[in-house]
Amino acid sequence: MIEVRLAKRFLATSESPGFSLEVDFRASAGVTVLFGSSGAGKTLTLDCIAGFTNPNSGRIMLDDGIVYDAAAGVNLRPRDRQCGYVFQNYALFPHMTLRDNLAFAAERHPRLERHRKITEMLERFRLLEFAGRYPHEVSGGQKQRCSIARSLVSAPRVLLLDEPARGLDAALRDDLYALLRELRSELRIPILLVTHDLSDCFSLADTLLVYLDGRIVQAGEPRKVFDRPASPAVARILGITNLFEAEILALDPGRNTSRLRALGHELTGTYYPGRLRGDRVWVFAPPEDLQIQTRAGENRVPVKLIRMVDRPQSVRLEFLPEIAVEMSRHEYEQQRDNKDWFVAFPPGSLRVTG
Amino acid sequence: MPIDWFPLWLSLRVASLATVISLGIGLWLAYLLANREFRGKELVDAIVTLPLVLPPTVLGYYLLVMLGRMSPIGRIYESVFGGPLVFTWQAAVVASTLHAIPLLVKSARAALSSVDRSYERAARTLGASEWRLFWRVTIPLARRSIVAATVLAFARSLGDFGATLMIAGDIPHRTQTASIAIYDAVESGNTMVAQTLVLTISLLTIGIVYAANRLERRQVRA
Repeated sequence: MIEVRLAKRFLATSESPGFSLEVDFRASAGVTVLFGSSGAGKTLTLDCIAGFTNPNSGRIMLDDGIVYDAAAGVNLRPRDRQCGYVFQNYALFPHMTLRDNLAFAAERHPRLERHRKITEMLERFRLLEFAGRYPHEVSGGQKQRCSIARSLVSAPRVLLLDEPARGLDAALRDDLYALLRELRSELRIPILLVTHDLSDCFSLADTLLVYLDGRIVQAGEPRKVFDRPASPAVARILGITNLFEAEILALDPGRNTSRLRALGHELTGTYYPGRLRGDRVWVFAPPEDLQIQTRAGENRVPVKLIRMVDRPQSVRLEFLPEIAVEMSRHEYEQQRDNKDWFVAFPPGSLRVTG
Repeated sequence: MPIDWFPLWLSLRVASLATVISLGIGLWLAYLLANREFRGKELVDAIVTLPLVLPPTVLGYYLLVMLGRMSPIGRIYESVFGGPLVFTWQAAVVASTLHAIPLLVKSARAALSSVDRSYERAARTLGASEWRLFWRVTIPLARRSIVAATVLAFARSLGDFGATLMIAGDIPHRTQTASIAIYDAVESGNTMVAQTLVLTISLLTIGIVYAANRLERRQVRA
């Protein structure tokens, strides 16, 4: 269990505008993903937790112990905080073999137990046969596993990972995710993972914290966050396309429908609880939920095709006004010679942001 | 006339001792300058650099005043060791040490600062003390530059003339180091002695600098 409440301010200088980080969250055992664009304060949060950077105010609790409390003047040194930190560049000591890297972390264990613990970890992380090699003699994936193993040897109370998937190819990334999922169920400690990769969020996160300019703008289960972003800004960070401003013209809870004016057209959507007639809202429609039609009709918007983008599994069509539709290659083959294009919005496809 | 090798041996002995002492003090100062923030840090840096830029006679004069028999340090030394410090070969060690420290501090500070911070951070999160971090991580990673700097410091101590002459004097078979012996030999027209010592010192120094450069280049590649 970790509880973080902190503020860190950087004054503006001639070279950089000021920046302030103000976050407040708690995380229990499981994976919490800190997501956001670079410069949003994610890594800074980890650095404050690990004790590399001192916040200006706030309090950080690990389990029941205070590691930092500005008001009480408590500020444990990094070595006393028991935070496992996996660095972006792994930070394996280049002059030590993999085994020695683990041994460096094991010196707090009783001497007799040390050797057993290290061998156990090497085995657990499939590193036993490379134990005598130096970091520059092993692959990126092995370095990464060693780096995680090393941080776990010192029995941390929280595991902090700074962009662990960065620079890994797809296969290694899947290995890493599998490993982290195993660790999640084995270790009963919070795992905080910083990323700006959306796929990390879905594969791993029990909880997602969305960062924007030094604030956490939304927190929750990833699926829920994606289904209902708290604001248009969050929707944009999450890479949600087809985001339109709309005016609610009518709401009918009985038939679970609503009428919206968006993109200069009247569209039918579902009932949006808590909204009133005349509200201006932001709605979005997942590109894979939309359909292409050749004739005008109910809930259809005439569009002009401007671009076709090939994706590995699908085809993405981009139109004017700005709407994107994703469909299978097969469907596209049937539509490609259309003279007129209409995008149809099935009623459930229009979702409203918070 | 047979050549008297004593000055060369004395020089090597003085330089070795001075290098060991300056390595200890130099590493400590370099660590402070590279890792700690304190008031007057740049002043310390400037004072450490001073021996590099001051005329050797000026440095020697300061030493004479500071370590002389009338000075507090000189008196303490005399009461502990039973004899004055000035005009002994130990005084030559002090002069050489002071000359070697700036070289060591400058190079070691740069070497320590060039070690990637993430290694030090990693070591700290793994529970390492600053002492263990310094000896097990930082020093091994900065090893080659520090060895190269030490070698240069040794060469520098070997060649000290002005300050040594001021504080240790020119007493044959007691404080006459190689550089001073060369000066003496030239003054008294002993060309052969002068040439032999000059040649020996030159070869020695070339060898040392060559070794230092090779060490440094290997580090760049690694």
